Amino acid sequence: MSEPDSGTYVVEARGLTREYAGRPVLRGVELQVAGGEVVALLGPNGAGKTTLLRVFALLLRPNAGVLRVMGLDPRREPVRARRHVGYVGHESGCYEDLTAAENLSFHADLHGVGDPVRRVTELLVWAGLKDAAHRPVRTYSRGMQQRLALARALLHAPDLLLLDEPFTGLDRAGRDLLAHLLAALAGDGHTVVLSLHDPTPVAAVVTRAAILHRGRLTWVDGGSGGDPQAVAAAYDRVVGEA
Amino acid sequence: MRAALAIFRKDLRIEWRTRESLSTLVVLSVLLVVSLAMAHDPTPTEAARLAPGILWATVIFTGVLVVQRSFLVEREHDCLATLLGAPIDPAAIYVGKALGMLVLLVAMQVVVVPLVSIMLRVPVWGVLPELAVVLGLGDLGFAGLATLFAAMTARLRVREMLLPILLLPLLTPVLIAGVKATEAVLEGGLPAAGEALGVLVAFDVIFVVAGGLLFPFVVRD
Amino acid sequence: MRAMRWLGLATTVLMTVSLYLIFVEVPTEREMGIVQRILYVHAPAAWAAYVCFVLVAVGSVAHLWRGSEHGDRVALAAGEVGVLMCTLNLVTGPIWARPIWGVWWTWDPRLTMTVIMWAIYVGYVMLRAFGRDDDGVARYAAVVGITGVLAIPVIRVSVRMLQGMHPAVTTTREGGSGMADPTMRLTLYLSGIAMVLLAAWLVMLRVRLEALHRSAAVLRRDIEYGLE
Repeated sequence: MSEPDSGTYVVEARGLTREYAGRPVLRGVELQVAGGEVVALLGPNGAGKTTLLRVFALLLRPNAGVLRVMGLDPRREPVRARRHVGYVGHESGCYEDLTAAENLSFHADLHGVGDPVRRVTELLVWAGLKDAAHRPVRTYSRGMQQRLALARALLHAPDLLLLDEPFTGLDRAGRDLLAHLLAALAGDGHTVVLSLHDPTPVAAVVTRAAILHRGRLTWVDGGSGGDPQAVAAAYDRVVGEA
Repeated sequence: MRAALAIFRKDLRIEWRTRESLSTLVVLSVLLVVSLAMAHDPTPTEAARLAPGILWATVIFTGVLVVQRSFLVEREHDCLATLLGAPIDPAAIYVGKALGMLVLLVAMQVVVVPLVSIMLRVPVWGVLPELAVVLGLGDLGFAGLATLFAAMTARLRVREMLLPILLLPLLTPVLIAGVKATEAVLEGGLPAAGEALGVLVAFDVIFVVAGGLLFPFVVRD
Repeated sequence: MRAMRWLGLATTVLMTVSLYLIFVEVPTEREMGIVQRILYVHAPAAWAAYVCFVLVAVGSVAHLWRGSEHGDRVALAAGEVGVLMCTLNLVTGPIWARPIWGVWWTWDPRLTMTVIMWAIYVGYVMLRAFGRDDDGVARYAAVVGITGVLAIPVIRVSVRMLQGMHPAVTTTREGGSGMADPTMRLTLYLSGIAMVLLAAWLVMLRVRLEALHRSAAVLRRDIEYGLE
């Protein structure tokens, strides 16, 4: 399959369905995200946000529907498709007995990143972890682990970055630092889909917002993408209905 | 298979840092050898006859108890998801993990073999290379099968109970052939162990190949 | 479900015939006496068990390769029936052995192998039962089912290396004395077919039960989460 052209969506989903233990979690989700967009995904707990992100991260297979990442079909070309995605879930995805540097080197190895030593150092500095780089991850604060997870997800320069409730468990300083990093990423033109409870920290950079409720996606219109008031109003409308 | 080696090295590094699996394995196996030896309370001639059995029973039982850990480390902090999200063939995870398990088993035997030799007064120094071959073949089959099953049970809720129950019956050929081969080697060197070695090799081939083929089905979602 | 009914009928007929043969028609074996008749159940149970274990593997492969739900149900059913048949074999064995050899158990290769197979498939059934609510357990069970069958030849060879406790007795098991009489052979084979048919019928029933069970679960789920 040839390389995707500039007109392709970064991620595209049609009729995405996914069950878990007999329960339907995603019911026919439709979504197209173009390059450079920052999409905020909101919804009550259990709405399926984590599931949707993990499907996009190619960690879960949809039971039905079409999914394309950079124009690639992950069922046919799983290895190629995975190169384009970086995922930060609820957990850090890093081994707590290893240091940040060792964790990042391992992932550079897995992804076949060129000039791994330089790249790892680059990301450690970017994430503000240079000083702590040689301590085991177990000793890190929640904020530091989040930034490490983010660095890990960015190591292979993915086109699509997926973040699952990245602000959970962070204190004020941690939130500000993370928001700052995300703004920088958005500014650089990265495509980001992140799930949140409250869009305020990233309101300035969000281009579109959507609400996931009972496995269905509804877009928020009116105002700028991340405008907290427009979002809150839409949220109440969609969720309150049920 | 660059990825397999990366995973193998990563596991070794973690193990070296914590030394949890190895120490548990070694201590457990020492305890088991001692317990079995005391339970049988053998005379010197009986002891020589019992030694291969005690050696292999120890390897199998303690192995089965510790094998689970290999995937528990991936379960924490969603690390398995990160492995699966990498652009690698899932079989690379299988090979990397199996290699790690193999090394662990060999390390355990480095302690247990001399222990059995001393406690049951069975001289092994003369046949060490041959014994190493027998143990190596057994370890390979064990690691191949156990890695497959450990990946599976790590994702179930009843995991601790079920893994030994599933593994032990399937490992009986390793136990039987291992003991017979060890007996033969102690008496007459490798040629005498022909049939038993054949069984071990067959087991290794079948289950390493099957493991590699079936592993992707176990880890995909 | 006509197939099931025909199978049920055939099984009933054949079982009745073979039971008649076992208890009435067949002559009493000279050396072993009346107890020998147990073998007409003991051996067929083993054959039925092995047929079931092969079914488990076939169903498992179908499920892994083609995503076949039916394959999964067949594997599940065959696993349970296989354990049943294997247990029957392991129970009738000692009942026969005690009067004949004076011992309840011996490490005869065939017996040893049956115990190991029993253990493998008990584990299979336990995995299915305890992991019932876990996602993907059908796939894991399929892997176990396939490895179980792959292990059979290796187990058979390795078990023969055991010296056993009574090497002499291996020659006088069912192959040995007493099968010269044609009525005995007929009874044995007929019982064999009857037992296999019984196993097949039980598997079909169990598959049907499981299919209904799963349909009910889907209906319940649809009601709970709203049909949309």
